[in-house]
Amino acid sequence: MRALLRHGLPPEKRFKGYVVLGMIVLALTVGKHFNLVPGFLDELPQHLEKSSIDKLGDAGKQTYTELVPVDLMLDKVFYFIRDDLGFSYVTRFLSKALKGLINIFDNILRGGSKGFGLDKPPWMALMLLVLVLGYALRGWKLALLSAGTVLYFAVFGLWKFAMQTLALLAASVPISIIIGAILGILAYKRKSVEKVILPIVSVMQTLPHFAYLVPVVVFFGIGHQTGVIATIIFAVPPMVRLTLLGLQKVPPEITEAGRMAGCSTRQLLYRVQLPSARNEIMLGINQVIMQCLSMVVIAAFIGASGLGYRLLHKLQSLKIGQSVEIGIGIVLLAVVLDGLSRAWAEKLRDYTANQPFYIRYKYPLMIAGLVAAAILMSKYFPIVDKFPKDLTITYAKTWDAFVDWMVLNWTEGLTAFRYFLIVKMLTPLRDALLFMPYISVMILIGGLGLILGGLYSAALTCGFFIFIALAGWWDKAMITAYMVLFATFICIVIGVPLGIWSAMTRERTRKALFWCDTFQTFPSFIYILPVIMLFQVNDLSAIMAVIVYAIIPAVRYTVEGLKSIPPELHEAVSMAGCSPRQRLFQLQLPVALPHIMLGINQTIMFAFSMVVIAAFVGTIDLGQQIFKALSETNIGKGVTLGLCISFMALAVDHLVTRWARERRKLLGLD
Amino acid sequence: MSQPIIRCQNLYKVFGINAADLSVDDKGMVEPSILERTGVVAAVKNVTLEVMQGEILVVMGLSGSGKSTLVRCLSRLIESSSGSVEIEGKDLGSMSEKELIDLRRNKMGMVFQNFALLPHRTVLENIAFPLEMRGMKRAEYVERARKMIDLVGLEGKENNFPRELSGGQQQRVGIARSLAVEPDIWFLDEPFSALDPLIRKEMQDEFIRLQTLLRKTIVFITHDFDEALKLADRIAIMYHGSVEQIDKPGNIVLNPATDYVEKFTSDVPREKVLKVGSIMEAVTSDEDVAAKSVNVNDRINKIAEYVLGQNLAVPVVDDMENIVGVLHQNHVLKILFPDSE
Repeated sequence: MRALLRHGLPPEKRFKGYVVLGMIVLALTVGKHFNLVPGFLDELPQHLEKSSIDKLGDAGKQTYTELVPVDLMLDKVFYFIRDDLGFSYVTRFLSKALKGLINIFDNILRGGSKGFGLDKPPWMALMLLVLVLGYALRGWKLALLSAGTVLYFAVFGLWKFAMQTLALLAASVPISIIIGAILGILAYKRKSVEKVILPIVSVMQTLPHFAYLVPVVVFFGIGHQTGVIATIIFAVPPMVRLTLLGLQKVPPEITEAGRMAGCSTRQLLYRVQLPSARNEIMLGINQVIMQCLSMVVIAAFIGASGLGYRLLHKLQSLKIGQSVEIGIGIVLLAVVLDGLSRAWAEKLRDYTANQPFYIRYKYPLMIAGLVAAAILMSKYFPIVDKFPKDLTITYAKTWDAFVDWMVLNWTEGLTAFRYFLIVKMLTPLRDALLFMPYISVMILIGGLGLILGGLYSAALTCGFFIFIALAGWWDKAMITAYMVLFATFICIVIGVPLGIWSAMTRERTRKALFWCDTFQTFPSFIYILPVIMLFQVNDLSAIMAVIVYAIIPAVRYTVEGLKSIPPELHEAVSMAGCSPRQRLFQLQLPVALPHIMLGINQTIMFAFSMVVIAAFVGTIDLGQQIFKALSETNIGKGVTLGLCISFMALAVDHLVTRWARERRKLLGLD
Repeated sequence: MSQPIIRCQNLYKVFGINAADLSVDDKGMVEPSILERTGVVAAVKNVTLEVMQGEILVVMGLSGSGKSTLVRCLSRLIESSSGSVEIEGKDLGSMSEKELIDLRRNKMGMVFQNFALLPHRTVLENIAFPLEMRGMKRAEYVERARKMIDLVGLEGKENNFPRELSGGQQQRVGIARSLAVEPDIWFLDEPFSALDPLIRKEMQDEFIRLQTLLRKTIVFITHDFDEALKLADRIAIMYHGSVEQIDKPGNIVLNPATDYVEKFTSDVPREKVLKVGSIMEAVTSDEDVAAKSVNVNDRINKIAEYVLGQNLAVPVVDDMENIVGVLHQNHVLKILFPDSE
């Protein structure tokens, strides 16, 4: 008994444990059918929606029926901080400072430098800049892609919006990197700081994008600077994590070598440890840039202008064609930013001490020269300065026609497909989850925790769900859970076999990983676009968007897991005379399973975060409520809902990673 | 005899409990009951040793014997739990951070098992690193680093990065870096264990060459008994954190102090280890001796054929050609065939 409470069930007894647990849950659910489950174990008091209260006639007076009015409490805390503690002065100051910063970049990118007597920097200057930059960092491919992207913005008349987005990025990226690196270093230096920061970082990384927006809006109002603040908050956690990871991965011998060389603490950090952690830190910077872009797009919801705002605007008025053009622009921007930052990160330093100045700095000199030339030429050749309006093109009409054609020709098939999915699969699953007494869900979650990790895990996972129960969002949470479950299921069914197929040859593996990398750089909001194109706005589109987004890690981890099997094992299995089928089922899947499970875990995490964004195209779950909270700037509600989603994600994450880690240990993979 | 450069007394390192919790008796011994009660294992247990000026002390032990922990206590990379370490008569444990940094910048060098080269610096920059930390001018440290590169035979590799070098070359960089500050004390923590056997032998010879040139005071860690025999002036054998025996290689082979030490010595080809001096007899005046003498520092395998070819005892002389003893054939036979009656 004590062993169970401390470590969970030993692996050989697990199966029995799962069976017993399943039977209890089943018994409770069946019991409910025969009215054997007492009401207080079955239904939880729910958060009443304001509109339904209105209908009851208590307009204006809010009555909450949930057990603990978490959102009201949070409201009070936030308003206390803002108004009573005078935090608003701080936020006002921060707002001003950030506004100034954004203006600087905005002036440079759009306003033009008055000093040089330019209306705005010539578009060709930027194109030449990224052309040389891309070439210097990687080669012609990246150079052409980067220059092509700049050209795309010019040709499709998106210049202004792209520059706005770049200005926001320029303001938020450096700040995120600095804050993240400092926190990461502090966490490395002090165990106590690490213990505080890491859990916060975990919660922050699972909080859906929109959950950040609500409190930020309450504190900072609406506008660019708010977008930047939300972006920074969103982008800091991965930087913290990777900085810490990088520093922890520095071999102790290197640190010792530094100390034996007589480094002071400062020298040790700046000259030895940080440079040795370069790879992770560079990866962190890459992550920050991508997260920032993703968030800057979403920050359109709180009034940050740029490509995201434009896209949102066009989507809301259902101008699909124009939306697609903007979407492609955002995707291109993401790929280019990822490519450039990655190339920079992987760029190995060449030793140049013995080279003359003009060779050592040939690329910076080239860039400076070309940009100066472009600026000079822009005075005489207007085409260099400003892309002529009559040359801009748009394919919006073609896209629209394409969508119309699809609607016309495919509607029948799609409707049948939709009908099948909704009526035969989605609705039954949702109803089942909603029918289940809450106590059985709780037992299921807690039981899994107990089996896998003992009392601590059980308490942790149950605690997460108790929060949801007390806050009064149980049913909505179950709807979210059902969408995530269904999406995950589909992702596994499609993604894992796809991964297995991809891992079969080297060429396929390379391609699969390349596409996973590429798709992962797209800002999550972009995934909405093709789904709306195909399915219009409804609940099925939401789930489709989640699936498209969340399937990436399922494929990637499957490929990686299969690839990481040591070649000796393959040789041993070949010598044992395995058929390909036997190889797959006897060697590859069992050994790769822990890694694949981590991938599925990531899929679930992705699904949770996407569910909220997908709410944009119409769902009735927590995500939709978050949107509501955002539009009402209802801070407590927004944060509570965010936490509900984050906690469900964290509970799953805890269980899966625990299982996978143990399994890896058992297989001797660590 | 010269004075000890490193002296450590009743040194303990116990991971997991605070040094303050160790109660020490008047002889400097930690009461074993504390270790038993808390269930922690001492990585270094009551080690007392001295290293003389210009001496190579090899600390030999298998993995987990505490040898790496010991050398880190001697360089204060980790704090010892109890006991004292003195460097040139100064107590290491009571030094301030600044004094310690000073000591490392001027007096100590260390070579690591996995080379521990800074990946972002070239060969030259790695070697110059301790000098840079010291605040030396660029022109000066580049010149000094170049000298070090010549010393370890890496000419032409100055501008390479560590990742572009072979293991043996990397360790040459590690050695050059540790010698750049011209330290008096040189710690080597299994410097050749990560290398291939052939390269290892080459590096051992290189090490001997360097030491005849530089005469540093050396603590050399290894798990390889042959390496210890080859390089050591004295060997300290560690087992479970304690030093089982500390003595000259010949004495360890001839008179292993414990069963554990004997396990190592039993397979050692003694004629390659032992010197004439350790098996000769005192001269008796009336004895007839052979005409040609052997040196007291010769290894047995070198002179065996000559001695066994003689009918008479062979005189043994020191470096000044004074006769210090005689060697009989049966002495040599006993070493060559220790198991025969």
